[in-house]
Amino acid sequence: MPKDGGIGDSTKRREDIRFLTGVGNYTDDINIAGQTYACFLRSDVAHGTINSIDTSAAEAMDGVVKIFTAADFAQAGGIPCGWQVTDRFGQPMQEPKHPILAEGKVRHVGDPIAVVVAETAEQARDAVEAIEVDIEELEPVLNMKDALADGATKVHDDLTSNLCYDWGFVEENREAVDQAIKSAHHVTTLELTNNRLVPNPMEPRVAVGQYSRANDEYTLYTTSQNPHVIRLLMGAFVLGIPEHKLRVVAPDVGGGFGSKIYHYAEEAFVTYAAKVVNRPVKWTSSRSEAFISDAHGRDHVTKIELAMDENHKFTAVRTDTYANMGAYLSTFAPSIPTWLHGTLMAGNYTTPLVYVNVKAVFTNTVPVDAYRGAGRPEATYQLERVIDKAAREIGMDPAELRRLNFIKPDQFPYQTPVAVMYDTGNYDATLDKALEMTDYANFESRAAESKARGKLRGYGLAHFIEACGIAPSNLVGQLGARAGLYESATVRVNATGSISVFTGSHSHGQGHETTFAQVVSEMIGIDVSLIDIVHGDTSKTPMGMGTYGSRSIAVGGSAMVRATEKIINKAKKIASHLLEASEADIELKDGQFSVAGTDKSVAWGDVTLAAYVPHNYPLESLEPGLEETAFYDPSNFTYPSGAYVCEVEVDPDTGKVDILGFTAADDFGNVINPMIVAGQVHGGVAQGIGQALLENTVYDENGQLLTGSFMDYAMPRASDVPSFSVDHSCQTPCTHNPLGVKGCGEAGAIGSPPAVVNAVIDALQRGGYNVDHIDMPVSPSRVWAAMQQG
Amino acid sequence: MYNFEFVKPATVDEAIAALREEDAQALGGGQTLLPTMKQRLAMPSKLVSLGGIADLVGVSSDGATLTLGGATPHAVVASNAGAYPALAALAGGIGDPAVRNRGTVGGSLANNDPAACYPSAALASGATIVTNAREIAADDYFQGLFSTALDEGEIITAVRFPIPQRANYQKFEQPASRFALVGVFVAQYADGVRVAVTGAGNDGVFRWSEAEAALSGSFTPDAVDGLSLSGDDMIGDLHGTGAYRAHLVKVMTKRAVAACN
Repeated sequence: MPKDGGIGDSTKRREDIRFLTGVGNYTDDINIAGQTYACFLRSDVAHGTINSIDTSAAEAMDGVVKIFTAADFAQAGGIPCGWQVTDRFGQPMQEPKHPILAEGKVRHVGDPIAVVVAETAEQARDAVEAIEVDIEELEPVLNMKDALADGATKVHDDLTSNLCYDWGFVEENREAVDQAIKSAHHVTTLELTNNRLVPNPMEPRVAVGQYSRANDEYTLYTTSQNPHVIRLLMGAFVLGIPEHKLRVVAPDVGGGFGSKIYHYAEEAFVTYAAKVVNRPVKWTSSRSEAFISDAHGRDHVTKIELAMDENHKFTAVRTDTYANMGAYLSTFAPSIPTWLHGTLMAGNYTTPLVYVNVKAVFTNTVPVDAYRGAGRPEATYQLERVIDKAAREIGMDPAELRRLNFIKPDQFPYQTPVAVMYDTGNYDATLDKALEMTDYANFESRAAESKARGKLRGYGLAHFIEACGIAPSNLVGQLGARAGLYESATVRVNATGSISVFTGSHSHGQGHETTFAQVVSEMIGIDVSLIDIVHGDTSKTPMGMGTYGSRSIAVGGSAMVRATEKIINKAKKIASHLLEASEADIELKDGQFSVAGTDKSVAWGDVTLAAYVPHNYPLESLEPGLEETAFYDPSNFTYPSGAYVCEVEVDPDTGKVDILGFTAADDFGNVINPMIVAGQVHGGVAQGIGQALLENTVYDENGQLLTGSFMDYAMPRASDVPSFSVDHSCQTPCTHNPLGVKGCGEAGAIGSPPAVVNAVIDALQRGGYNVDHIDMPVSPSRVWAAMQQG
Repeated sequence: MYNFEFVKPATVDEAIAALREEDAQALGGGQTLLPTMKQRLAMPSKLVSLGGIADLVGVSSDGATLTLGGATPHAVVASNAGAYPALAALAGGIGDPAVRNRGTVGGSLANNDPAACYPSAALASGATIVTNAREIAADDYFQGLFSTALDEGEIITAVRFPIPQRANYQKFEQPASRFALVGVFVAQYADGVRVAVTGAGNDGVFRWSEAEAALSGSFTPDAVDGLSLSGDDMIGDLHGTGAYRAHLVKVMTKRAVAACN
């Protein structure tokens, strides 16, 4: 039994009290005396040349403080990209300038052209409507393959083409993979699209800039997953503000899913404008604005080939992917289809040869970057779909084909042909668990029961591996990252024994304030109520890289463990002094320091008080105080894995898919709070089901976003998802971090789309329809159309 | 949203007077109008709320006819229109609880969204739309997408639905908006069957006369088996082609008939 509030206990989320009672402090709750309001004029065409911008009428309107255009930012840098990918010929990617406001050209619907700062939000909006912009429309670049054709219209005139990079991985394997496919006993080919998604966190983006003339200091309050990253990118590359003059605060944040990692133009704008108008400047995104200004996710077009020998062992995988970058490179965009995608193409399998080609393409669409899973869902989807297709082609049970090719428990650590080395895993265990939980053995009788009701029942399985907590920093630097990927923590023990942990991770729904406190509570043995987790303010926390890629507990939690270990070591020294015993004999248990083998002890609070009121204290050998900082840079990624099963019923009359059951058997290594982990899986699977069945981002031939509101962009709702069955009892702890944890935030969104689509295809095949693929979202109309063909 | 004046008269006459002002606009539940105004796609100078007119809210039945006040919210219809169960069920399936508590039958019929539910019920029931000035038969009322027989400033005060022997509404939801991708209302009366389709037609709600004839002969799902509609006359958009909608009309019609039996 875990102890109350300790590791392994399903402690309720402490932060939920303020969220659920409406007393959270979100960025839009921040209002500063004298504040002005910014409203952006955004392009309503996908591609065009700006002939002129006339702000004179707008400037004369009530309440207008100032109107900004690109000319006001002549001294500022562009929005930087945080990752430089090197192409397969050894050349750096093409990297266009991403101005704060459009310079001469607009490149997507939503591209900001001008900003009005006014006394009220309504006045700013009125004035925006009075700005006259003359744009000469250009042909929009939308289809990725057309964009790469000779003579295609260019999104960026100063680049040689619309190709950002042509990446090959592992390039040295290219010919060997070609050869293996040519000589294979059987090759299964699948062409598919990974649909573009709009992240849609519940809280739209908000930014408030403030400037103090007294000490030349700037403060930016923003909806960010990583305030230090914003401070570095915006301060150093865009506005030229040194860190000690720039504070970035990301208070309560209502979900991000990746979309709040990036440095956005609006953040730089309000920070800069606050100095120019010498008043705070606030911008709050509307939902409509979010659709055309938040970075989108996914949008890959892929052909994958899977080769196997006569024993059904996988011999090679080759993939060709076109990855949409949108109009500009968002902060981490180039890394998503490459290092977060190609490195996962071995999956859970012993495939010896893998070659991944990715062509990243500029188009006149909203920039695309990481969205929950980021590259790994794209890898998992194509691999798990092609394996299912292969099983069907060779007449083998899809579960058994996977099992036959699994990396086995005694093969770890396992060096894959795509650079990464898996430390631990037991894929047979999660597969067995999922099959048992879903009563696979009796599926046929359930299918027969559905058939009697006129419905087609299908069983879909997917296995996945992900790579979380990207690291170490020196490796990612070699791969092109322009950032370190360590994490930091300061543990400040107060005089009376309570603790404030300052973490570089950022919680925007994940429950860090609960789980991180559980770890410290377990280590020291004091009640969790004495521990607060502080995050999201560069003036408080040590420089940290924030939260994404399921890295927080694996990297941020490890930093916190290291800092807490330093605290315990020092506290033991103090205790040994107070107890007049050798330091080596001091034991810490349940918040009491005792001398081994004796009944002598001193309480945690007495030791912490001595640290700050050092009357009886070894001052000659030990500094007073009890505060420690640690930076943790992992030696490897972590590799969560799992088996997901979806059971569906297809209505053959309408094509509608009903999900009857969804089961997730995950291996997250050690688990800090099982309830929170289950919640993370629930949320991830709901988003994965959203991608598989509902969500799609559609541009028309003019580059207008057709799915620009919830009237046409179908978000998953409670009624679209079943009651989930989740299990994380299969645990192979991570070998290289102190908690043995792997991360759980993205798994649900990675493993679920192929499970859902595999189930739909299974249902149609069982119903006698010759359908082997339907692109996501597998909407009723698409299923029906496929049934008419098959 | 642009600034506007807001009045909430207590009588129909006061409302009519207020609506004579240029750019004044009647406000039912605001479920379409308010989002449109928030997007700055509409800018009425004055909103005349009908929600304060007690005479316009309520459900009554004399056994042969169910009458809804023009400003009756969907939720009230859902709970009080037991005399016409298919209509109550339709009202209970519109939007979500917030929409049902604000949105009104008169607002829905006046807006005549091609994917709204109520127009199919009114048309399939041969309802009478009662306004401050006149009575309009449903067959004459719907005149295309977002277009009706209402004159400027005319208010729907009530809708009278002849109660059928049997009726049912089947809605296949558009995945995002949850409006009807296709909705079919089937109503059987002593003198025949009426079938009205919403969500699908290029010109908005329409009666499927071939199905009405077939079902008037034999009120069974199989009766429409030999019939088909052309996808060319149907709405085609990113949620479904015209052919898909045409197919769904038949499926939903059969299901509605089956549910009646």
